[in-house]
Amino acid sequence: MTHEDIVQAVKDIILTIAPDEEVGGLNLTDPLREQIELDSMDFLDIVMELRKRYGVQVPEDDYKELATLQGCADYLSPLLADHELVKSA
Amino acid sequence: MSASQPYDTILIGAGMSGLAAGIRLAQFDQRVLLLDRHYLWGGLNSYYKQKGRRFDVGLHALTNYVPKGTRGRPLTRILRQLRIPYDSLRLGEQRGSRCKVGDCELRFSNDFELLRGEVAKSFPDRAAAFDVMARELEELPFDVPAGTESGRQYLTRHLHDPHLVDLLLLPILFYGSPTPRDIDMPSFVVLWKSLYEEGFARPAGGIRPLLDALRQRYLDLGGELRMKTGVAEIVHSGGQVQGVRLDDGTEVEGKRVVSSAGRVETLALCGPELASSFGPDRAGRLTFVESTTLIDQPAPDLGWKDTILFFSRGQTAVYEEPADPVSYESGVICCPENYAGQDPEPEGVLRLTLVAKAEPWKAMGPDEYAAAKEQAWSRGLDTLAQFGPDIRPHVVAKDTFTPSTIERFTGHLNGAVYGCPHKDRSGETPLDGLYLCGTDQGYLGIVGAMLSGVAMANRHALMPA
Repeated sequence: MTHEDIVQAVKDIILTIAPDEEVGGLNLTDPLREQIELDSMDFLDIVMELRKRYGVQVPEDDYKELATLQGCADYLSPLLADHELVKSA
Repeated sequence: MSASQPYDTILIGAGMSGLAAGIRLAQFDQRVLLLDRHYLWGGLNSYYKQKGRRFDVGLHALTNYVPKGTRGRPLTRILRQLRIPYDSLRLGEQRGSRCKVGDCELRFSNDFELLRGEVAKSFPDRAAAFDVMARELEELPFDVPAGTESGRQYLTRHLHDPHLVDLLLLPILFYGSPTPRDIDMPSFVVLWKSLYEEGFARPAGGIRPLLDALRQRYLDLGGELRMKTGVAEIVHSGGQVQGVRLDDGTEVEGKRVVSSAGRVETLALCGPELASSFGPDRAGRLTFVESTTLIDQPAPDLGWKDTILFFSRGQTAVYEEPADPVSYESGVICCPENYAGQDPEPEGVLRLTLVAKAEPWKAMGPDEYAAAKEQAWSRGLDTLAQFGPDIRPHVVAKDTFTPSTIERFTGHLNGAVYGCPHKDRSGETPLDGLYLCGTDQGYLGIVGAMLSGVAMANRHALMPA
């Protein structure tokens, strides 16, 4: 997956867990929690969906790496290099 | 699916919290087994049919009402976690409720300003203190730590008026206190917010559509549900849970067990040593008799205009285990027709909830029990008539549940609806892999129960170790 694919994958996941949020306008560099309403329970869901869809395990100590979309792309890129983007159900 | 493969999580009790926990776990591909001894799911919030008529148990109100799109509140958080669309609940807001203690009363609704105005009108010299207190409570989070002060002490410190304190406290006690006359501060804060800052609503059609939606969602996600399947024992070794033994003797392996049976009731399944570490003497004692009476016309047409009416007949708020099987001194009257947007029902409904004492009911023989139930209903109607139009000439059907009914169908000792007084928000037990959810984990109401299931599933079964 490319960086763009990973950003799309995370946006898809956010849309699954928070269908009322607008993900189109999210920028790469501001923390996600400042752009949309995501609490720690929702963050857990992002991690759980990453595991479910792509089999990646994100240890709790690394959650902070996922704070921005850019952070997600940087952190997940080596882990997802061999994966294809999964469309939301 | 191999029988030898252990479940990731076994859930005891298919009430609101167990169903919510099950959905969370099944959503993330856990192998989940949800067990309930009863044939109906829903636990303390259920429904049944009698002679073709439907009766709801438990649900007076869905507390914690907030409008669609409200952020970061319990209702919207659990819906997101369970991925249930807000609109599917078809919530109708209350028309307005009232608390009456002796000659004093306060009206309240989902608009906090009504309550503020009522306090200012009836207790003008307390209005400023009430505002200060209300602001302070509004700024507190839902999960304040337990301190030394109780809910009553908190109210008294701010308001210095026993009548006003009783009026504000009575609904809170009736909707969630496992202890007589008072409530611990963390629960007080939760209930203050749930009842007064947020408010009451009812899903169109009552509890059934919500329960059925939860059950269906759980099944669609691959969760396994076995009704009429009681747990006789929680199997453990070396301090670690290994599974459960069912009433029929079958052993089922599980990596963890999450129980909504109650703290005392759950530890009683773990063998004599753990059972005695938290014995039946610590079970809750606050329980209820509730009658549902169906009448030949809509209750609002007869003149019943409150959604919920909390009453205490004397000059103080009475909420304690009575000396008699049931007390008519205080209670709650619920008129489900006084929620907006309800589906039209063929008959009017009024429900009356009274504080009861469990032991006498449990000791009665069948004839005595039937007679006592009939008497509780009939004297209940006399009580209703003191607070609104007389429905006695309009009765078409009725049913009454007692502490025995609650104990039989939910397994909660003494029929203690709000569980034991010793809450533990961590949900942890002396055993690794055994956790509590539901009433004894400390969240309250229907939304609270679901939140409890979600929070315990997240914390103990989903968070990566």
